Amino acid sequence: MKKTIALVGNPNCGKSTVFNILTGSNQYVGNWPGVTVEKKSGHIRKSKLDLSVVDLPGIYSLATSTLEEVITREFIESDEVDLIVNILDASNLERNLFLTLQLMEIGKPMIVALNMMDVLRAHKDELNIEHLSQHLGIDMIEIVASKEQGISTLIEAMEKDHVPVQILPIYRPKIQKLINKVKEGLHIKVSPTLHAIRFIEEGISAALGHEKKPLDLSPLNAMVEESLRDETLDRDMIISDEKYRFITELSSHVLKRNMSQEKTLTHRIDAVVTHRILAFPIFLGVMWIVFMLAFGPFGATLKGYFELLIQFVIDQVASLLTMIDVSPWVYGLVIDGLLGGVGSVLGFLPEITILFIVLSILEDTGYMARAAFIMDRILRRFGLSGKSFIPMIIGFGCTVPALMATRTLENEKDRRLTMMIIPFMSCSARFPIYAVFAAALFTNNQALVVYTMYIMGILVAILSGIFLKRFVTQGSVSSFIMELPEYHRPTLRNLILHTWDKVKGFIIKAGTVLLLASLIIYMMSTYTFDLQPALEQVDSMIGSIGTFIAPIFKPLGFGDWKSSIALLVGFIAKEAVVSTLGVLHGVGDSAVNGTAALVEPIRAAYTPLAGFAFMTFTLLYLPCIAAFATLKREMNSWKWTFITVGYQTGVAYLLALLIYQGGKMMGF
Amino acid sequence: MTLKDLKPGQTGIIESLGKPSTLRKRIIDMGLTIGTEIKVIKLAPLGDPIEIKVRGYQLSLRLNEASEIYVRLIS
Repeated sequence: MKKTIALVGNPNCGKSTVFNILTGSNQYVGNWPGVTVEKKSGHIRKSKLDLSVVDLPGIYSLATSTLEEVITREFIESDEVDLIVNILDASNLERNLFLTLQLMEIGKPMIVALNMMDVLRAHKDELNIEHLSQHLGIDMIEIVASKEQGISTLIEAMEKDHVPVQILPIYRPKIQKLINKVKEGLHIKVSPTLHAIRFIEEGISAALGHEKKPLDLSPLNAMVEESLRDETLDRDMIISDEKYRFITELSSHVLKRNMSQEKTLTHRIDAVVTHRILAFPIFLGVMWIVFMLAFGPFGATLKGYFELLIQFVIDQVASLLTMIDVSPWVYGLVIDGLLGGVGSVLGFLPEITILFIVLSILEDTGYMARAAFIMDRILRRFGLSGKSFIPMIIGFGCTVPALMATRTLENEKDRRLTMMIIPFMSCSARFPIYAVFAAALFTNNQALVVYTMYIMGILVAILSGIFLKRFVTQGSVSSFIMELPEYHRPTLRNLILHTWDKVKGFIIKAGTVLLLASLIIYMMSTYTFDLQPALEQVDSMIGSIGTFIAPIFKPLGFGDWKSSIALLVGFIAKEAVVSTLGVLHGVGDSAVNGTAALVEPIRAAYTPLAGFAFMTFTLLYLPCIAAFATLKREMNSWKWTFITVGYQTGVAYLLALLIYQGGKMMGF
Repeated sequence: MTLKDLKPGQTGIIESLGKPSTLRKRIIDMGLTIGTEIKVIKLAPLGDPIEIKVRGYQLSLRLNEASEIYVRLIS
């Protein structure tokens, strides 16, 4: 029998960790509230039954109307879900129980997994699980997800059949009566209690969704207003207030808090990390370490070994092809077209892997939330929020997850502005371009030039924030309510799964999109439009197209057709700029693959100034097609998507023009 | 007085909460209900936002949000 289980819980309750253990699938785990925004599902590996699990966004409540809450509410109310598993952070009992009570009001079969029991014990708090379970009338399983304890018990509990939970009479008799009356008045079959409460809180504006025929609800609303007239609290506060009263009372019976003033580990770390004076030096230091690890000597050494490996593979294939005596055009296609293009991009795999590992550690430990805390004041000046910061940092890895991470910004306009500037954060796919150009044209200052690109991206992002906020976020009041979660040691499983997820994306892209692009470019660069072999590359199909559009880029210093083609192909994927230049300059079969092989052709084709303008343009111009599609999906507006990419390309053109023409005037 | 006026280390009890808004609803659902104890842990290095402790967990909010939370100082 097939059974669908919904995992629901607060942000930072360890839900994604549980999901990873249960399914072994890939799932992004963050300590920053609300990172899990996608509906991820998988099958439980260690169960004989057909159990499918859906990981829902981390939420604090079902009663407000953020995107995540609506997604969760609608999904768990649906017939699709057979069992709710509420993951509850036992070390943060009261706030977590609030969601538990709301979930119970849906009236479906439900069990609770009490997570982080180790943290609770480390705090020297004592929790009487048996009492808690009895009081709520719900099965509770003790787990420590980070150490994979209690998981088999949890799976056994999931396999069992459960009856719908009994909805507890936790309110004052008067409120209880009112809820029942509203239930009768609404006639909603699906989770009537939850809907009645929403109606009491929000009135007619409550999106109730399920009615078949439109009822006139104003008499019912008047009745609610009348019966709450002598209450001291507003109608949207009463229910939550009573829930928390119940929770406070319950928690005083089942939880014995350690009242000593002993500082927890989180307190001690925060005393340093968010210290008035030390906070910013530490923050800059952390950022420096991130980039040094990924792009410094360590990453470069790994990259060197990896490139040797790639070259070895290419050499083997080449000798194999020579041995079986293939025709020259097949040899050219495979070695120059396929392997040359893809190889020059795959060489960057080690550095990108390191970047994703480090970002993932920062996220999983909880440091990212602290970074948002200390940066909020500064970012607000640029029309952004402290919460914009994490997506921006993720943007150094890849623009696509960065855009998705902006969902944690509640204010729609803040979110839009953040999305508009994220592509300026130089993603890892653009790094190969700088690396190659810096190696060729700025041999003595390679690192400096690459850093300059990153800094320029950040500066353009900041200035754009100041410039755009007048048009985008004008008149809106944003908020910054953010939990500072306890620091956690990141689990190896989460780290590996998360990094693998991202790296896999990179490899798949190299193996599919880039492979195809390399192939097409190779064909188009060796044949003319009449399908005759081109004697000179400039006569080839691609040469003709390139020659046609090249004049647009002439004022920027790179008016040759090869640059134009590389930029066009860059829309497919930014890495393809390098692989395209590789194919067009025919470096595939040279003795040294990758970066080194492109050095000579680039030196011949660009002056240092033109090269710098080219790097600037690739840093800023329209994002790759995957980012473009994500932008459209997240902004849910063609208009804003085109404004964004138009703005970016405009800025790219202007700045590259300024650099090239200005530089020429100054005599570079 | 409001939460904004509390100094780091001071504890207050929530007496009332500004005007109805989605923001207020969010704050309440995160456990900041009337009568709840709330302690200011620290200010961010630039003075805003602030870090508070409520119902056993840490939360950060901006000063202008804190100014909507009316409290009675207890220590």
